[in-house]
Amino acid sequence: MEVKQFKSGVWTEKVNVRDFVINNITPYHGTHEFLVGPSAKTQKLWDLCKQATQEERDNNGVRSVDTETISTVSAFEAGYIDRDNEVIVGLQTDELLKRTMKPFGGFKVVQKALSEQGVAPNENLTNLFTKYVKTHNDGVFDAYTTEIKKFRSLGFLTGLPDNYARGRVIGDYRRVALYGIDFLINSKKADKEAITGPMTDDVIRLREEVAEQIKSLKEMIELGAKYNLDLARPAQNAQEAVQWTYMAYLAAVKSQDGAAMSLGNVSTFLDIFIENDLKEGIITEQEAQEYIDQFVMKLRMVRHLRMAAYDEIFAGDPTWVTEAIGGMFSDGRSKVTKTSFRFLHTLYNLGPSPEPNITILWSESLPQNFKDYCAKVAIDTSSIQFENDNLMRENRGSDDYGIACCVSYQALGKSIQFFGARTNLAKTLLLAVNGGRCEFTGKQVVEGIPEYTDEYLDFDKVMANFKIAMKEVARVYNDSMNIIHYMHDKYYYEKAQMALIDTNPSINIAYGIAGLSIVADSLSAIKYAKVKPVRNEEGLTVDFKIEGEFPCYGNDDDRVDALAANAVADFNNELKQLPVYKNAEPTMSVLTITSNVSYGKKTGATPDGRAYGVPFAPGANPMHGRDKNGAIASLNSVAKIDYKDSLDGISNTFSIVPKSLGSTEEDRIDNLATTLDGYFSRNAQHLNVNVLDKETLLDAMENPGEYPQLTIRVSGYAVNFVRLTKEQQMEVITRSFHESM
Amino acid sequence: MLNLNTIPIKTAENILRVHSIESFGTHDGPGIRMVIFLQGCKLKCLYCHNPDSIQTTGGEEYHIEELVQMALKMKSYFGKKGGVTVSGGEPLLQAKALIPFFKRLKEEGIHTNIDTNGRILNHFSRELLDDYADLIMLDIKHMTEEGYVALTGQANKEIAFNLAKHREDSGKNMWLRYVLIPGLTNDPKLLHQLGNHFKDYKTIEKIEIQPYHKLGIHKWEALGWEYQLKDARENTEEELQEASEILKTYFKEVRIN
Repeated sequence: MEVKQFKSGVWTEKVNVRDFVINNITPYHGTHEFLVGPSAKTQKLWDLCKQATQEERDNNGVRSVDTETISTVSAFEAGYIDRDNEVIVGLQTDELLKRTMKPFGGFKVVQKALSEQGVAPNENLTNLFTKYVKTHNDGVFDAYTTEIKKFRSLGFLTGLPDNYARGRVIGDYRRVALYGIDFLINSKKADKEAITGPMTDDVIRLREEVAEQIKSLKEMIELGAKYNLDLARPAQNAQEAVQWTYMAYLAAVKSQDGAAMSLGNVSTFLDIFIENDLKEGIITEQEAQEYIDQFVMKLRMVRHLRMAAYDEIFAGDPTWVTEAIGGMFSDGRSKVTKTSFRFLHTLYNLGPSPEPNITILWSESLPQNFKDYCAKVAIDTSSIQFENDNLMRENRGSDDYGIACCVSYQALGKSIQFFGARTNLAKTLLLAVNGGRCEFTGKQVVEGIPEYTDEYLDFDKVMANFKIAMKEVARVYNDSMNIIHYMHDKYYYEKAQMALIDTNPSINIAYGIAGLSIVADSLSAIKYAKVKPVRNEEGLTVDFKIEGEFPCYGNDDDRVDALAANAVADFNNELKQLPVYKNAEPTMSVLTITSNVSYGKKTGATPDGRAYGVPFAPGANPMHGRDKNGAIASLNSVAKIDYKDSLDGISNTFSIVPKSLGSTEEDRIDNLATTLDGYFSRNAQHLNVNVLDKETLLDAMENPGEYPQLTIRVSGYAVNFVRLTKEQQMEVITRSFHESM
Repeated sequence: MLNLNTIPIKTAENILRVHSIESFGTHDGPGIRMVIFLQGCKLKCLYCHNPDSIQTTGGEEYHIEELVQMALKMKSYFGKKGGVTVSGGEPLLQAKALIPFFKRLKEEGIHTNIDTNGRILNHFSRELLDDYADLIMLDIKHMTEEGYVALTGQANKEIAFNLAKHREDSGKNMWLRYVLIPGLTNDPKLLHQLGNHFKDYKTIEKIEIQPYHKLGIHKWEALGWEYQLKDARENTEEELQEASEILKTYFKEVRIN
């Protein structure tokens, strides 16, 4: 291995990217003034991309689709946007924005998605997958119990990755650049040799998994060869480091179509190569920025084949190429480098964009110049999110981590997670006042909850029933997750990503809840006001009459905020009692993606006065318009949810009118950075920041053509506003936009 | 919404009469601030955008400790610059109760600021300014006596200038604020007068031009009062820049708020 220009360490002998970064980083404390605009080549390429994405939007969201090939790491010949101008090459297929079939998650989903485009899979393929080849989806439904299917179809368990890929697993894509694939293959071979008998299930499985990983690594070498890149050896310079890292990521998104496929935390790693080349005079700042711009452009062009129904839970065609930037080392040094800035700067060079999902690992100790630049980018583009680095680093243990999807910590190359979508906690609460029956169908969902006949709801009785409901929902949720991940490993194993992760990594299972603010406000109404259920002839509650006032979550009022925090703790405790496949550690998130709109449709009227059909607030947000005491009170309420009870993340989306942040740009930057310090000092975990006027959004609804790149943070990720449905757009507009009086 | 168990009984000495509270104030002093608009003002400025805060009756009574507790909940967002601003109405009308309030804020390490028209200079307001107010923002209404009377309904603009002088002599920080109204206060002659009067003050960190706006009109109507500036218009960008350029020749920092 050619490593002479870098400082050696543990990393030289065995795979350990963190050690390489720690030993070779050049932290940067300066301002953004060194940054340069896009190169002519980049501009030409981006124009082509913009034209292609416009064609995609004009063509109902899909520009082209392949019906002949199963997409794998080495499937498809090399593809280019405009070869002469590309300094970083590689597309998922031979053509820009072409979507492909990845049928191992579920063939029916592929058929459905294709039929919505008026095409069908190749006949041989259809024959194979309907007669001979089993998929993840087939496996899951073979094993599902009647009970799980009921919880799923009635909407208590939602968005489960049982007919699409689970995603979330982040390969340590940096490894390909640092070590080259030959080294990685040898390392995996040695691992495999060391996995010996007695040959119990788990040992056999692991040996098979590592064998798959090795095959995938060999396929990556083939992928590189199609672009004349020798990925077998380490990258020799900055351009190669970016290229190699991208190829590793490309291998993942060619062979998997997980809902969220994060990139990890590559910027500071790449900076080491860039810094080296700059020092040696091999490249200039213009080239350094060009590599990052073009890399990011490629990431923006990642596409998966999705059926229309998928849009209900994940609106706006997201891919969650989440790149975590910034943060601190455990030794107190900053991880911010010039390339951290260069990544952010792509939002100017290429304009705002939801992807890659740029996530700032925020710490009060970050260099002030970097904090200010992040605040500036958030204000100018509403495209980035912020997460509490101190909180995650100190509670989870590593300072070398990425964010899976929106808010989920994942130590890079050392751990993975099993994605679990979420349960509808508001609907679970309704079980407590309906004798365990579904509020719509009257079907018995949970046993052991007495029929509720009192004229008014009694807090203690409802809480007792709610706890029974939570316990039962947790049990069925856990059953479904174990089946799903067992089958996903069996039929749609992420061999490309797993090849870039330590053999036998630690795993956390990522459960989730939706509807937290409704649960908190409902319990508050029952406790502090009088709530009278309106029942139909079957005894099911169809509405609630509230007499009197009650405190709402989002106003920094402990009476109700404690109800929210306790609901999170209680459900998490139920989940923690249950055994998990592969001994994964149970964790939970409070996150909704954009499914908060569809949850509303699937949840009857709730005791907080919310009518049937009204969308949920996203993530852990207070309900729209109920946080009446201003921005800080709203933030403080969310900050009270204990991260230890929700280790997979607590999403909060914050929208503020620009003028309310201050009267000059300097003030706005200063005030946003201070707000982030303030919020995270209270041990809050995540903040999506939108800085825009409602009028802009209303205008974009009327004139979508004029806002092709208008980006808005929704719930742990960002979307192109114009790609949301009207209904989703309206939901975003009715959210609380914090404004000065 | 607060735990009131720890808050003692309200008495005349420990209550503030509050018009409203803004928890994320970014336009009334440095940084992010809790802005407490107090009830009551002896002036009745033609452009007042909070006319419902003029009457000295009304408002809601808060125990000062209640307000301190609210400020503490916001303290982590104040950062290095922010804090609490009392505005109004005219806060100095309640200077006596503001002394223990600001004293408590200082004990808690919170920056204090008073947004005032400067018309009350008694031993209470002196003690408040000298011992507890980290910053004052003094609103200079008009540079001529006639103009002052026409705009505020009260005579003797010198009182506010005396307060400015007192602040200058105390050596503590001060900002000036000046509402710019086309045709009424934007005459370059007036702006030069303003500059000349204050140019040697060392405690003035900056002057803020407050562009006139009509956002308060509906509140005048709701009170059944006639809004006399109906014909006035908002500033053009050029007018704001022109005023700013003039003031820049006298003050180290001029900003349009």
